Amino acid sequence: MNKKINDFVVRFANVNGTGSASANALFTKAVFRMGVPVTPKNIFPSNIQGLPTWYEVRVSEKGYLGRREGVDLMIAVNPQSMKKDYADVHAGGYFLYDSSKPLPPGYDRKDITHIGIPLMALCNAEFSDARQRQLFKNIIYIGALSALLGIEFSVLEGQLAEQFKGKEKLIEPNIKALNIGVDYCKENFDCPLDIRVERRDLLGDKILFGGNSACGLGAVYAGATVAAWYPITPSTSVVDAFAKYAAKYRVDAETGKNNYAIVQAEDELAAIGMVMGASWNGARSFTATSGPGVSLMNEFLGLGYFAEVPTVLIDVQRTGPSTGMPTRTQQSDILLAAYASHGDTKHPLLFPASPKECFEMTVDAFDLTERLQTPVIVMTDLDLGMNDHVTEPLVWDDKREYDRGKYLTSEELDRIGTETLMTAVSKISLRTNGSAKDEMSVVMAELDGQANSDHSPSQPLEQFKGKYGRYLDVDDDGIPYRTIPGTHATHGAFVTRGSSRDEYAVYTEDGAAYQRNVDRLAKKWDTAKELVPQPEIHVSSPHLSKGSTDGSSISVRRPTLPKKPSNFSKLTASISTPCGLVRFLSAHHSAISSMPTNASSSSNKIATHSSKA
Amino acid sequence: MTYVRSTFRHPALPKNDLGYTVDYYEGSLSTLCAGCGHDSINAAIVEACWQMNIEPHKVAKLSGIGCSSKSPAYFLSNSHGFNSVHGRMPSVATGANLANRDLIYFGVSGDGDTASIGMGQFVHVVRRNLNMVYLVMNNGCYGLTKGQDSATADAGSKSKAGSVNLFEAIDLASLAIELGATFVGQSFSGDKDQLIPLMKAAMSHKGFAFLNVISPCVTFNNNAGSTKSYDYVREHVEITGTMDFVPMMREITANYEAGDVSDITMHDGSEIRLHKLQKDWDPTNRRSAMNAVQNAKDKSEILTGLLYIDESSQDLHELINTSDIALNSLPQSLLTPGSDALAKLNASLR
Repeated sequence: MNKKINDFVVRFANVNGTGSASANALFTKAVFRMGVPVTPKNIFPSNIQGLPTWYEVRVSEKGYLGRREGVDLMIAVNPQSMKKDYADVHAGGYFLYDSSKPLPPGYDRKDITHIGIPLMALCNAEFSDARQRQLFKNIIYIGALSALLGIEFSVLEGQLAEQFKGKEKLIEPNIKALNIGVDYCKENFDCPLDIRVERRDLLGDKILFGGNSACGLGAVYAGATVAAWYPITPSTSVVDAFAKYAAKYRVDAETGKNNYAIVQAEDELAAIGMVMGASWNGARSFTATSGPGVSLMNEFLGLGYFAEVPTVLIDVQRTGPSTGMPTRTQQSDILLAAYASHGDTKHPLLFPASPKECFEMTVDAFDLTERLQTPVIVMTDLDLGMNDHVTEPLVWDDKREYDRGKYLTSEELDRIGTETLMTAVSKISLRTNGSAKDEMSVVMAELDGQANSDHSPSQPLEQFKGKYGRYLDVDDDGIPYRTIPGTHATHGAFVTRGSSRDEYAVYTEDGAAYQRNVDRLAKKWDTAKELVPQPEIHVSSPHLSKGSTDGSSISVRRPTLPKKPSNFSKLTASISTPCGLVRFLSAHHSAISSMPTNASSSSNKIATHSSKA
Repeated sequence: MTYVRSTFRHPALPKNDLGYTVDYYEGSLSTLCAGCGHDSINAAIVEACWQMNIEPHKVAKLSGIGCSSKSPAYFLSNSHGFNSVHGRMPSVATGANLANRDLIYFGVSGDGDTASIGMGQFVHVVRRNLNMVYLVMNNGCYGLTKGQDSATADAGSKSKAGSVNLFEAIDLASLAIELGATFVGQSFSGDKDQLIPLMKAAMSHKGFAFLNVISPCVTFNNNAGSTKSYDYVREHVEITGTMDFVPMMREITANYEAGDVSDITMHDGSEIRLHKLQKDWDPTNRRSAMNAVQNAKDKSEILTGLLYIDESSQDLHELINTSDIALNSLPQSLLTPGSDALAKLNASLR
């Protein structure tokens, strides 16, 4: 059999709630610290304790970090799932089990190697406390893997020292447990096996980080001050991360008060309603949810689109339809998110492909939503969000300034010189004591003067022609100017509403006004296409992918792999996430047989719902 | 109603301390039916804000959907308004308030908007003690869809078409007290003398101030047999007492006959002077307030006035320890941890 150096899959079959997660993470980090690309996947039930849970680690020197079929080494420590786990081992692979008791009959495959380690017996001989016996059994198998797979012991030691900094008492028993596993394997097996880890320097300054943590951190960097959410797997850890980083970076040192607010809402409807209220009022605000939550948020997403209220939504997708499989990944919310809510709504979607992009695109989403004054949805999924990934280090440019989009300050509103007849009258009536007739003549004179007076407004304020209109398209890009409540005593107030209105935010059911409004929204959509992150185009292999499927896409677009025949024979570039796709497709659409004949409109739809890989 | 509003204002209109006349607090022309109770309430809001010397632009008006929720357009034209979606005003108000704790949040809702589709959000905004005024214009029916019974219609109340409501009414005032609202008042759109001081006190209250105002629907629920008609309400109102609201730093000048008078000092130093007409009722005691409402109900009376007040509570901002500076005004320098912090974080992830 060929040696599989730095190219194999290990699956840990555990019982939920037995402390296996931290032991397994120790293994992944050790491979990472040996400079070898590695990707762990949590495959877990919608359960807190007792059901089977798996942790699968792919080690790939070539950097292929999508999930691969087949298991080269199974760590089978869960009797409940053992039969299936046994069957899942690749021919030529290894089956590591707890041999404290003999394997039941039927576990007699000839095409795999059985590695029996009496984990429980070894553990019970050394540790007396029941909880310790459970926890250290996990550490013993990590020690065994260190010997079997050639993982440097000093790397593991280093990790334990970091993990238990301040609790040094715990280091020694953990090292002892590791050594029990190492010693047993060295005495009983030829170590290392033909699958093994060898030190490389392939990772440079990359980090091991999860997408949800990156989104939460991105929201802190983006200046989000209000987070509202309703717990739902797999998005919960986005807000957990926001809470953790906000507690670290956003508590005023002097007052001890929080420069942020987090509210656990009563449901997803309320969560996004709070986000819209906060955004409308000039704070940066976001929520995170998954498919069932997006279904509920449709109502507000339609309001946000039509009333033009900034909103950042992070959709960590899971398996649908309906409740589906809450703890399994899928990318099945795309159409739901793209066209959420009734009527002709559409929303820019950003598709991060890595935790680094989760961080960047979350930050970008806040700029985009305020620039475009429309909800922006970051589309990640359970795999990207809840698993650690090898990713480029996060970068922040201290010179970066938030793009708060178009809003008018008090001074700018003054320069527009808005005055309705009514407010003018009332102001004048305050400061004169003449007769009613005099009063009106003063009013008229003042209004005349206003029309002719020299406000010397700068562009684009003069485009308002003296009167602020919330929905006036003064820049001809479809994006109007908003005002924040409380800005100015007499200028700029309006009622935000989901019903049709004219350019001055006045309710109307006039067809022409409605059409002007939706035409402007269409123009804004065109503007959005230029502002969203653009796709990466790899001219190597013919396929399209977006966002979190990048792990699989990487292995396809590697030039070292044999090219597979494709239906898209004339499509010579690989686009690992759309947008800019619009330009690409408009140049190539004749090559795609399944494209509707009205290629421009359909490609437009695809386009803005996309972004870079 | 009229389609034209006169721009003429009497020059001698009185001014408040800010120098504004009352029309400065008005909104656009109402499109509600002539005689609608809601318009009386809107007029009371205008009057209360004028009397309180409030800068209109320091008020944010919020609503859901329905006749009542159209109201924010009809008062305080210099305030921003958010006419949101049906039953969702509380969440929008919550977010808005979190973003800027320095404005006054005035939410207007209806009985459908609150007691049916918005019940979930209503009960939770009460729990959070959001610092806002939440006013329900309660007419017991769905006016904008032509008069269907709402969840606050009393069992046995007869609609204009003659059908009798079979289901128990949700009593919003009792519910609010039960849920821990820290200011609960009940009134009638036809009683401005009661409504205006109640609104003024509600706006001064720090925390969730709930006002359930019976507001007859002249078009669909003002018939004989309805328990939300003008006639019925006028005949069945039982008031807790009369009340004056005295803003902070003002001397109490009103002169009442000696009786059961008690003063309640509010957190900002304002005072509510109550002239209690109800025996065995203590508005600072939740259980006593509950009993008073229930006792009135037993007698088919609608108890109006201040029902319950707790001036010692903590509002949402205090509960979650947010900055005293409005979150929407924090500079980027206080919000972004910067590249050094990120470099440290990267290092910890290797």
